[in-house]
Amino acid sequence: MVKSESEMTWKDLEVGCIATEPGSARRYRTGDWRSQRPTYEFRKCIKCALCQIFCPEGCINQNAEGYFEADLYYCKGCGICARECPTGVITMVEEKE
Amino acid sequence: MAIKVGMEVSVAMGEMVKLASADVIAAYPITPQTHIVEHLAELVADGELDAEFIAVESEHSAMSACLGSAAVGARTFTASAGQGLELMHEVLYVASAMRLPIVMAVANRALSAPLSVWGDHSDVMAVRDTGWIQMFTENGQEVVDNTLCAFRIAEHPRVLLPLMVHLDGFHLSHMIEPLLLPEQSEVDRFLPPNSYPLSLDPARPVTMGDFAPPVIYTETKWAQEVNLRASKEVILDCWKEFGDAFGRYYSPVESYHSEGARVLLLTMGSFSETAMLAVDSLRSQGVDVGLVRLRLWRPFPFDELRQAVKEAEVLIVLDRALSVGGPGGPVCSEVKAALYQVEPRPKVVSFVGGLGGRDITVSGFEEIIKRGMDIAEKGSASEFEMFGVRE
Ligand code: SF4
Ligand code: SF4
Repeated sequence: MVKSESEMTWKDLEVGCIATEPGSARRYRTGDWRSQRPTYEFRKCIKCALCQIFCPEGCINQNAEGYFEADLYYCKGCGICARECPTGVITMVEEKE
Repeated sequence: MAIKVGMEVSVAMGEMVKLASADVIAAYPITPQTHIVEHLAELVADGELDAEFIAVESEHSAMSACLGSAAVGARTFTASAGQGLELMHEVLYVASAMRLPIVMAVANRALSAPLSVWGDHSDVMAVRDTGWIQMFTENGQEVVDNTLCAFRIAEHPRVLLPLMVHLDGFHLSHMIEPLLLPEQSEVDRFLPPNSYPLSLDPARPVTMGDFAPPVIYTETKWAQEVNLRASKEVILDCWKEFGDAFGRYYSPVESYHSEGARVLLLTMGSFSETAMLAVDSLRSQGVDVGLVRLRLWRPFPFDELRQAVKEAEVLIVLDRALSVGGPGGPVCSEVKAALYQVEPRPKVVSFVGGLGGRDITVSGFEEIIKRGMDIAEKGSASEFEMFGVRE
């Protein structure tokens, strides 16, 4: 595995900054510019997966209990899941920092 | 054995691209580069060159097609000039930063407005900072020789950078000159096959041209800087080996009677040949003058330039482009920057002339040299003088 970008020096870059490891973008955390995050009241959840289908980031997965939950490393806080959820499970709250 | 021909320089350049066995040519015709592209299109259509000729709809597309072609490891050539070079401008940065060894001929042309298809170096200066290796040529033989060197330098594993061969529009591109063309076997001996190391290959997926957040962008630019500077070593080696093989030697800064001369004129491109005649004429009148000619424009040959002018008291620079509202001549401002830390250094005098195809004759150059000496002695209120402008 290659170094993370914050550890890399200019000498670690491949010719032309080519990324030689397929799928390496998966390690790139893109959730850090979110200003809101989804919170859940799972007792209302009917596991319909609508939130997962509508999430433009594809970052909603089922947790150990089978509930649908955002991976906050990638969630952009757009609120689409909260708007689409038919039973009002999801509430968007401000990110504090 | 070289073949002696009388040939238009643009056509000869096309012949060299054929001898270099280019795989892909993606280009859009524009005056005064047209004959290069036309000739290559003919060679491909007639089956004389086994290459893909991509007839694109614009220069922006031409350079974009070249990116893809170079990325699969194909030997890639294009040509442009003036407005065409400007239209491909943004893609030029991509080619260099992605380290794609594309060779491009630029038949130097003025920029509109007013519309001018004639030659000067406005287009060169506008692409100065695009990260390409850039070299000037003075005559047809230099175009022929450096087209061959261009592929070898650009594709060298320690370089992998795009390269522009500049030839003055009309003054050079449209001249019919006696030339020595190398034989195929000589070219094949001199030019190894292109072996781009990370070419696109479904069996070995890579991502090219991805994005860089602030945490890594600075590192990418420094890598580019180090790489372009380091290319000079390979350029020098290539010219040396070319000289050993073909008998004609090139260097980043060329000189003509410049050793020990009190006054030096600095030129670039085809005008240097006229300037040599002016130097001859003035020397016969007892003026202690010599000529230095800038061949390598990027990477800028700091050491060679300092070495070439270190004994002079006066250095007169003629630019064929204008940095409007700035220091005047763009080459002169770089020459000044290169000499600022040097002690002692010559007084540097800047002239801008030869714009939009206007000739500077031998007597014109004599006038520039005399006027430059005068300014060096008495000083001048302006940053530069516009040679030949009617008041
Ligand atoms: S807020 Fe937007 S990005 Fe985050 S989980 Fe919901 S739909 Fe996906
Ligand atoms: S849309 Fe609402 S109810 Fe459906 S799975 Fe998602 S959170 Fe549960």
